[in-house]
Amino acid sequence: MTGQTGAGQTGAGQTGAGQTGAGQTGAGPVGTAARRPDGPAKIAGTFPYAGDLRVPGALVAAVLRSPHPAARIARVDTAAARALPGVAAVVTAADVPGAQTYGLIVPDQPVFARDVVRYHGEPVAAVAAVDATAALAALAAMDVEYEPTPPLTDPTLVWDGAPRDHPPVHPDGDVFGEIHISHGDPDAHGPVAVSGHYVLGIQDQAFLAPEAALAVPAADGGVDVALATQWLHSDREQMAACLGLPEEKVRLTLAGVGGAFGGREDVTLQVHVALLALRTGAPVRLSYGRTESMLGHPHRHPARLSYRHTATRDGELVSVTARLLLDGGAYASSSPAVLVNAVTHAAGPYRVPNARLDGATVRTNNPPCGAMRGFGVPQAAIGHEAQLDRLADALGLDRLELRRRNLAQPGDVLPTGQHLPGPFPLREALEIVAARPLPPPPSGPVEARAEARAEARAVRRGVGYALAFKNLLFSAGFDDYSTAAVHLELGPDGEPIAVVRSAAAEVGQGFVTVAGQIARTETGLSAAVVTPADTSIGSAGSTSASRQTWMSGGAVRGAARRVVDELLARTARRLGLPAAVAREPRRMLAIIDGEIVAPEAGARVPLSRAVREALAEGPLVAEEVFRHRATQPLDARGQGDVHVAFAAAAHRAVVDVDVELGLVRVVAMALAQDVGTVVNPLALTGQVEGGTAQGLGWAVMEELVVERGVVVNPTFNGYLLPTFADVPDLDFTPIEIPQPDAPYGVKGVGEAPTCSATPAILAAVRDAVGRDLFHIPIRPWDLVGPRDLVGPWDLVGPRDRVEEGAA
Amino acid sequence: MTATRLSYPLTVDGVTWRVRDAPLTASLLTVLREQLGITSVKDACEQGRCGSCSVLLDGTLVTACTVLAADASECRVTTVAGLPAGGPADAVRRAFAEAGAVQCGFCAPGFVVAVTDLLTRRPSAGEEEIRTGLAGNICRCTGYGRILAAIRAAAAAGATAAAGEVAAGETTAGEAAR
Repeated sequence: MTGQTGAGQTGAGQTGAGQTGAGQTGAGPVGTAARRPDGPAKIAGTFPYAGDLRVPGALVAAVLRSPHPAARIARVDTAAARALPGVAAVVTAADVPGAQTYGLIVPDQPVFARDVVRYHGEPVAAVAAVDATAALAALAAMDVEYEPTPPLTDPTLVWDGAPRDHPPVHPDGDVFGEIHISHGDPDAHGPVAVSGHYVLGIQDQAFLAPEAALAVPAADGGVDVALATQWLHSDREQMAACLGLPEEKVRLTLAGVGGAFGGREDVTLQVHVALLALRTGAPVRLSYGRTESMLGHPHRHPARLSYRHTATRDGELVSVTARLLLDGGAYASSSPAVLVNAVTHAAGPYRVPNARLDGATVRTNNPPCGAMRGFGVPQAAIGHEAQLDRLADALGLDRLELRRRNLAQPGDVLPTGQHLPGPFPLREALEIVAARPLPPPPSGPVEARAEARAEARAVRRGVGYALAFKNLLFSAGFDDYSTAAVHLELGPDGEPIAVVRSAAAEVGQGFVTVAGQIARTETGLSAAVVTPADTSIGSAGSTSASRQTWMSGGAVRGAARRVVDELLARTARRLGLPAAVAREPRRMLAIIDGEIVAPEAGARVPLSRAVREALAEGPLVAEEVFRHRATQPLDARGQGDVHVAFAAAAHRAVVDVDVELGLVRVVAMALAQDVGTVVNPLALTGQVEGGTAQGLGWAVMEELVVERGVVVNPTFNGYLLPTFADVPDLDFTPIEIPQPDAPYGVKGVGEAPTCSATPAILAAVRDAVGRDLFHIPIRPWDLVGPRDLVGPWDLVGPRDRVEEGAA
Repeated sequence: MTATRLSYPLTVDGVTWRVRDAPLTASLLTVLREQLGITSVKDACEQGRCGSCSVLLDGTLVTACTVLAADASECRVTTVAGLPAGGPADAVRRAFAEAGAVQCGFCAPGFVVAVTDLLTRRPSAGEEEIRTGLAGNICRCTGYGRILAAIRAAAAAGATAAAGEVAAGETTAGEAAR
């Protein structure tokens, strides 16, 4: 069923705003536009983000970073810095008590560079001082002698390029991962062939609140750290190893997180701040500035894609050959997992009988790359969607018609051998966006909004479409789980309240809202609170991979059901019902409208009384560990049941391009997306609008520019982000089909629209200018400069060739 | 390296503080956050590019990171906490909470200051004016859709309130005439 409820794109918000008064904020069950419990405090400025934390006597930390992308460290002399007034501690690699390295998947990244630095901005030392001025003075007094070496910055020199004449960047080797998917007859090809090559720049998450943490040494020799992160337990595991402490002595609490988008999945400042607190015996706070943030966390992988699609003359896909090269930068981060996503999505959401999909992610002296919204899939989507348009043009077919003829349906075999799990309403999504009304044609000059004003005759309108699918939850055999507990307690007013405990990181996406909705739904109580996330409970897994509503939502639902079972059992006993009822209380008892009712026994007990009486017997609490179905890693031929589920999205973009000035304005965006059961229509709208805006940014403005390993624009002056004036209203239609194996039928919603937005805009710009744009983001000179700038990294053969004859 | 340090008064939201030994080069943002502990003013780019530290300086919208604190000593600094009652601020705050304009929320205090300023000056601002007028405030989470919805709701609430005031004023005038 198509959810026409949200068809008025702004409808979700406006309808909700009209229906719910201020007094009901945050009070709704699953399916309502419950408001964020933390909204008023965030608006008032009283919500404590990690960088806002202050405790008396706290020292201020700062990190010394390498200005070189590759160098030997000949000497680190900290004596002058240590001697400065107000400096409490200086730490370097020599001071790391435990493991010298950490990493999300493989521990290859040093806490501090010891003998060599491998990327611009790599930490070399850290200081703690009485204030920021003293800390910065200490950094300036550090005497580090670097011997710069030639950086390895061309990833093709590591994989598939010219024979390399370069020593390895790292003793672990310079290939983080390599995948070869072989499907059907990989040498088969159809009579019509198109090839294309794409160069994708680095996107930065640019979450608004830079990294920050406050570490407080504890009497037991451990450390308590409040910080902004996406995954408390992963941080703790890596921190404890490096600090040489048992995990129970490293206790983490989530502070307010100002956005994440993947950029807080890795350890950045965690070990440094904890080490300084342990070393000084004093609380230490550490906050990055913007430049340090942009140098300090891994980004979206830049990539080089080479594709060759072949088809019959009727437009039926015969084969896809693709080679994807992702530059992982200096350290592994999540590169191997990003590669699994990129390669397994490389052929797109289409029926492809034959495929050879090869990918690698390699080490260079460029900035480390890892998780960002979409996690490898946005890169693949840029490739497969550009190819579909190119193929349609070669066939003389309508671009949407080619997609209709080749769209994968549930049950179809993907190149991994996995059968596409359903529901998968992508055809419906395509038809919805194709049918949405188009904006009126450009009536006058494009105003690039106070930046420039062009001649109307230079403006070209373009329309583009893109389809994408995105895997949900962790894949490839990872033991992915989430833990949650629900307590039933009495609030200060004596009324019962559901208290949710979980380590799930609220980073802005709205898990605290959803968790409260689920707790209210399951307990029948009108009051539910979610306590701050910490490591006193088991892991909730990462806030990534579109997974928390499904995974931690599932854990909260399970815990709430169990605690309600216990409440009902105690109530049944008190009502004198048979022991069999207490064992399976839901057979006879139910919570309806604030009462526990047992119709067969003719009993009704107000929920508030039932909870109060049940608590007299002891605490009401239950914990649940939720797991999704197991997946498999890919085998040597790239085969395996690798993903749990997929979400599907279709975007249409309309752009105006000034072909003289090289300016692009995105005029309109329409999205139809497979969203499962909608838990909160307002939060859903916010996720898909934000995801679309980030996809827009990568298409037309966002690139972290690296020259010979040096990041040249790690500021908001140099790195452009979409503003209010750049992002049009999103015409959004949710397609609500419950996901059978997910709690309430939910689906993750945050990533799929980021995957489809970028290629839709690229298609629209190509449509407007009639150019083969291969660099992402599109830059002004790509639109007005010389035409053929394709590089020497062609990995699958000659480009733009339509072959006739061969069968 | 030794920075010149100054002590001076600074009036924030009607309270006059004594700033002690602040580096001459310290921005208003740094002094608010680090010396006075006023952390509702957010620190995201320090280049005047994102608007997270938007405050009013004698009623004019500025980014606190690009103003020297010492230069603000003679001025009235207004943060999100000190926006005048009776203006659009309350409607803006309410609309941000109700319309889903907040996700991570780090941009929210700055946005509320900037939107309140815009609606005070231009209560019936249209979409283009809203978009260009607020292009200095970056939100990375929302894509601006729900923020736009919030601003429209706040503007509508302001228009309703203004109409109510006019009506109330007329009644009073009528009563006075009688």
